[in-house]
Amino acid sequence: MLTKEEQHEIDEAIRIVPYKQAACIEALKIVQEHRRWISDESLADIAQYMEMSTAALDSVATFYNLIFRKPVGRHVILLCDSISCYVLGYEKLSAYIKQNLKIEYGGTSSDGRFTLLPNPCLGTCDHGPALMIDNDLYRDVTVEQLDNIFNKYE
Amino acid sequence: MLRPLTSHIREDRRPLSLKEYEKLGGYEAVRKVFKSMTPQAVQQLVKDSNLRGRGGAGFSTGLKWSFVPLDAPQPKYLICNADEMEPGTFKDRLLLESAPHQLIEGMILAAFAIQADTSYVFLRWAYKDAAKAIIHAIHEASDAGYLGDNILGTDFSLHMHLHTGVGRYICGEETALLNSLEGKRATPRSKPPFPQVSGLFGKPTIVNNVETLSCLPHIVNYGADWFQKLSRTGDAGTKIYGVSGKVKRPGLWELPMGVTLRELLEDYAGGMWDGHTFRGALPGGASTDFLVEQHLDVKMDYGSVAAAGSRLGTGTVIVLDDKTSVVGFVKNLIHFFAQESCGFCTPCREGLPWIEKILHALENERGQRGDLKILEQHTRLLGPGNTFCALAPGAMEPLQSALKYFRKDFEQYIAAYATPCRSGLMNR
Repeated sequence: MLTKEEQHEIDEAIRIVPYKQAACIEALKIVQEHRRWISDESLADIAQYMEMSTAALDSVATFYNLIFRKPVGRHVILLCDSISCYVLGYEKLSAYIKQNLKIEYGGTSSDGRFTLLPNPCLGTCDHGPALMIDNDLYRDVTVEQLDNIFNKYE
Repeated sequence: MLRPLTSHIREDRRPLSLKEYEKLGGYEAVRKVFKSMTPQAVQQLVKDSNLRGRGGAGFSTGLKWSFVPLDAPQPKYLICNADEMEPGTFKDRLLLESAPHQLIEGMILAAFAIQADTSYVFLRWAYKDAAKAIIHAIHEASDAGYLGDNILGTDFSLHMHLHTGVGRYICGEETALLNSLEGKRATPRSKPPFPQVSGLFGKPTIVNNVETLSCLPHIVNYGADWFQKLSRTGDAGTKIYGVSGKVKRPGLWELPMGVTLRELLEDYAGGMWDGHTFRGALPGGASTDFLVEQHLDVKMDYGSVAAAGSRLGTGTVIVLDDKTSVVGFVKNLIHFFAQESCGFCTPCREGLPWIEKILHALENERGQRGDLKILEQHTRLLGPGNTFCALAPGAMEPLQSALKYFRKDFEQYIAAYATPCRSGLMNR
């Protein structure tokens, strides 16, 4: 069941498009915002609310990089792996993160704190390497800074 | 030097409030157009200004608009493409975060020119500060009567909404963007019909880039001739150029269209890091051909960069230095395109991962004789005309030019381990 709050937010999104289904990506985003990821159960709830088949909605959900169809940790690290950050050595960051948090790309640390995902260009190429944690952008990141950055997240 | 798009941006990049923007002449262009111009006149003005799309394709903005049937019933749509996701490109972020009212004013002008009554800003997910700035600016503009019903007492109405994407490069392709806005998988559409006739929800639609739209208030205020004269060459206006890579002062600069690559790299980006040498550069994002030493004096405008065998693209330069592996560099780009392919058409879906595998093998010194031939075949098979949209042909641009200019960098990985056939390699 979608909560009253989720329903209310989805209704707002439906208001600005000509028909309900056009807001389905918005609906996925809204529910993910509340539940961190889109479980099969959430997907079915949203599909029912949007008057779509679950399969149709899943074809949309699985298309987009940032709709999570698997559980994620309390915080998601999005590490830019595109060209400018490659030139500036993002691979040192990824090696350190993988080793210290003991996770691979797509994995979640055993304490459920972080999920690590590679992400295409974050659009801050004059300050690479860059990463985002949840909604926070970090630029000109060095390996030495990583522990301090991670300590901000419970 | 005039910098109309960025001169009002503060040092700390905080966006101007509506009041501050108005004090600098903001929304004067909207008043002027409503008072004294027809939609056709605005279209003609923009055609005369020779403004070309800043999203990468460089198509004439006024001409694009002219394909919209003005007498078609509402709704018509004006979309701002703010899904900046081309690797190495970070110019629209500046305008979105720091000059949201300039963008909104440009969108009102564009919407008026095509008589659209609804507009969306399609913003990429990662630009959180931009989302806040734009939502705030839309509210301010609505409260002041620049957006909504009967703007400034006229019979023109425009409603504006923000849509934030959920991460797919292909959403930057305008017909894929429309599918995404309709709540579908972002696969490109077949053309014709062109979006100008049948676009979002089947209605006439124009999609323009952030930087393109941000030029419009200035063209209306100061005229087509003035805009042309901003440029040093035949392509009008200023351009927001950027440089990233191992240069001393990476960044963004609004400069006259047509500065040379050398000026950008040396005068603005401060030259290479000490101990590093320039080998080449992608002039306008990941999907453009390399320019090399011999091209340093090429003017960075649409025509000159094309004559040098590449594309101006987004005008944000990515520099390749002598300490970075060419094969690794190109593999990084191809990995991106393979991952971001929508998977709809076969050459792109199958070809890009194949290329990535070969480059991966080369990078790990497991290259085989014939590998470069296969790569070259792909540059043709995934080239223009063989795929549904421009993603794969774009991906081939850095590959084909790297094979041309840096062939030895590829060959060195083959020479060491080459064996006559694959089984020979397996037995090694």
